[in-house]
Amino acid sequence: MRNEKVIDRSAYKKPVKANRLFTFSRKQLCIPYGLFLVMFVVIPLLLIVYFAFTGEDGSFTFSNFIRFFSDTTKLSTLFISVLVALAVTVICLIVAYPVALILSKMKGNVAMIFLLLFITPMWINFVLRAMAMKELLSLLSLPLGNMANLIGLTYDFLPFMIMPLYSTLIKMDRSLEEAAHDLGAGKVKVFTKVTLPLSVPGIISGAMMVFLPVMSCYVVTDTFSGSTGFTVIGKLIAWSFLGEGGTLADIHGGATISLVMLIIMFVTMIATGGFKNENNARGTNL
Amino acid sequence: MKKFLSFLYVIIVLAFVYVPILILVFYSFSSGKTTGNFEVFSFKWYSKLGEIKDVVLNTVVLAVVSSAIATILGTLGAIGIFYSKGKFGKTVNGISQIPVVNSEVVTACALVMLFMALGFAHRSMFGVYVGHVILTTPFVVLSVMPKLKQMDGSLYEAALDLGATPTQALFKVILPEILPGILSGFMLAITLSLDDYIITATLSPLSFDTISTAVYKSIALTTEKASEKIPIYRALTTIIFLLTVLVVILNASVKKRNRKGEVK
Repeated sequence: MRNEKVIDRSAYKKPVKANRLFTFSRKQLCIPYGLFLVMFVVIPLLLIVYFAFTGEDGSFTFSNFIRFFSDTTKLSTLFISVLVALAVTVICLIVAYPVALILSKMKGNVAMIFLLLFITPMWINFVLRAMAMKELLSLLSLPLGNMANLIGLTYDFLPFMIMPLYSTLIKMDRSLEEAAHDLGAGKVKVFTKVTLPLSVPGIISGAMMVFLPVMSCYVVTDTFSGSTGFTVIGKLIAWSFLGEGGTLADIHGGATISLVMLIIMFVTMIATGGFKNENNARGTNL
Repeated sequence: MKKFLSFLYVIIVLAFVYVPILILVFYSFSSGKTTGNFEVFSFKWYSKLGEIKDVVLNTVVLAVVSSAIATILGTLGAIGIFYSKGKFGKTVNGISQIPVVNSEVVTACALVMLFMALGFAHRSMFGVYVGHVILTTPFVVLSVMPKLKQMDGSLYEAALDLGATPTQALFKVILPEILPGILSGFMLAITLSLDDYIITATLSPLSFDTISTAVYKSIALTTEKASEKIPIYRALTTIIFLLTVLVVILNASVKKRNRKGEVK
């Protein structure tokens, strides 16, 4: 009996030793991804910094920043982008919060159906959705311009606000609201003191899904601004790189604006206390 | 009353979301070019879908291939990150979050700089694929990670103790356990890739168009020639919309059946 066991073990262990070259520990499995990230994420980000601080001749200089910050059109585009991104975030939040709250209080199948109704359009290509909204605006004979821009941006980003809010509200402990109510808080007070503070993580991840992408989403503003509307900072970055006919126009200028965008991103991240992956709207899978 | 008002509010927001799409669907059956006057009911624009066949094919092939690469890379990455206790896994995980929060313009333009610095052409199919894999892999990692956390850690060790090689243990124990996460990561990667405009527009060869870039050219450039294809895109939107509805219904009913099965 004992002998048999020993034989067994050696029989099983052998292949492992024979293939020593091909054995690996589990943590080594992330080496390909790690290398990929270094090559295509880390090094390019370092290149942004490099190009932002160098001139055409490759020497260190601040002139790109001086050029950017003394260019009033570029500065005002940056300023408008931040304002517009804030405005669209707030509009989306105001429209989406009641929807998420109402959906989270619906029961079983009804909630499921409404949720699916809100998710379905997210799977239609967002340029096609922008086209749909543009056609509606022209049908209502609303002119292109700033107003159309705001409507278009809200239309494209609204679903990304609803989902994180909903997933936070649905996980919330409802008995807390009841407790507050039983302890004498009115409906308004229950909302402002219990529901709203508890849903802050959802608000933050929803805002992150809208605020930063709006600043770079020049597809929508190109579609809706006509000749009078605003554009966003993403357009300036893309333009710096994509001159006429796809030539490289102004790498150093583009790198500078990219760096400004990266700084805005980090400031937003720090201000909101990081990114909560579990509430990510893109990650919502039903 | 309050219930009615909140129901009404949801309906109004749903109308805001759906009316533009439904108008597009409606006028896709009109023989006319413009929305607003419905000429005669016809499938004229559907019969012209062949004109944008290449664009649709480009989009689908790019999405499927880049998502497949992203799924393999991301699944292995997630397993590696999850089981490395030290700084290494944490660092990889941290860097993996960068493309998630970074704006697509910056991701795309940073890649242009890399290709330039290496002396490559800054527009190439290789670049588009790299861009899409960067965009989608972090989301595969995010989908797989929760399944790894749910998995019983001793299963892998048990497999090794019973004589499986690490490769066998990976394929026969870990992968089947996290398969749902891998599949949802793959689906998520596909939807993200299908939706992308900026990376494709910045990195693809000029002759290469996906649905996003082709439609952008038609609606953002206001020339007569550019808007010629808009009615065909209406037909395309209708088909995509119907397919999506079908997938959503099928998915929901499968999930419902699975849930019922679990109760039994």
